[in-house]
Amino acid sequence: MTAIDPITIWIIIVGLAIGSYLLRFTFIGLVGDRPMPPWLLRHLRYTAVAILPALIAPLVVWPTATEGQPDVSRMAAAAVALSVGVVTKNVLAAIFSGAATLYGLLYLLA
Amino acid sequence: MAAATSKSYFWKGFRDGTPFVFVAVPFGLLFGVFATEAGLDIIQTMAFSATVFAGAAQFTALQLLQDNTPTVIVLISALAVNLRVAMYSASLTPYLGAAPLWQRALGAYLIVDQSYACSIVRFEKEPDMTVQQRMIYFVGSVTPITPLWILGTYLGAVLGTQIPESWALDFALPITFLSMIGPMMRTLAHVVAALVAIVVALLTVTVPFNLGLLIAGAAGMMAGAQAELMLERTKT
Repeated sequence: MTAIDPITIWIIIVGLAIGSYLLRFTFIGLVGDRPMPPWLLRHLRYTAVAILPALIAPLVVWPTATEGQPDVSRMAAAAVALSVGVVTKNVLAAIFSGAATLYGLLYLLA
Repeated sequence: MAAATSKSYFWKGFRDGTPFVFVAVPFGLLFGVFATEAGLDIIQTMAFSATVFAGAAQFTALQLLQDNTPTVIVLISALAVNLRVAMYSASLTPYLGAAPLWQRALGAYLIVDQSYACSIVRFEKEPDMTVQQRMIYFVGSVTPITPLWILGTYLGAVLGTQIPESWALDFALPITFLSMIGPMMRTLAHVVAALVAIVVALLTVTVPFNLGLLIAGAAGMMAGAQAELMLERTKT
């Protein structure tokens, strides 16, 4: 893992701090009670469910720790975490069952 | 009397927000560990959690930083992950938009998944609440979470360097995010958005600067919006 330049880190922290605040403030602070176009709201509704899986999918299929080699334990853990989350709607239950699957399989297959 | 009611709304919010402590603490810990592993020092890690106050966006930024992604792309991608707080802000506006500007400016910083989730349920259930009561409830709901999120980050950052590689913490991020995604699959349109985003992300993985993430995110959002429209049409 290469070290990240501290200036870059600070640019990211300050940029994200300001950017995140503006995201939070824009509507409640500036829009006030004016209505927003439905098409915009319709797209905003799906930001988290689109971006998060897009971020994770390559990490699951080609994990960094195995230098990009697909890995049974990690794929299984991913499948379990996602399924438990869908079924139970409980984030913590999903995290724990995913972690248990990962450790269980890493131990068994080692 | 007015003061007493305000106080009780604060505690109502506090009570409703308390279960989320069990999400905020482990998530903060995880971020502290992950940031330390990525090479951030404790001041950077703490500044990150305290000012950005958005776990998912923070994890995204760190992950991309490690892949040597250009700074601009890191910022855009992490903010895209955080676009949902803009959505929350928009959704809370009809309820809190009439509060004084300084309260809205302060409240904006506290818009997170948990405070939004509590507040919107309560506001819809009790339409007679005054704007002030709503604001107090909102602040109450996030009060148990904020200090513990920051404390969790600190503990993670302190413990982080002592955790051996065999713990496979590289996979803590995918598991945490996947676990968050599961409960978000409320409608068929959400599932469509996620599936399209996954397929496009895997197909665009060779696109430079991790731009594939933004392409896939945009594709997923459009797919979700279109699916919602189609589902509404078939219903009527």
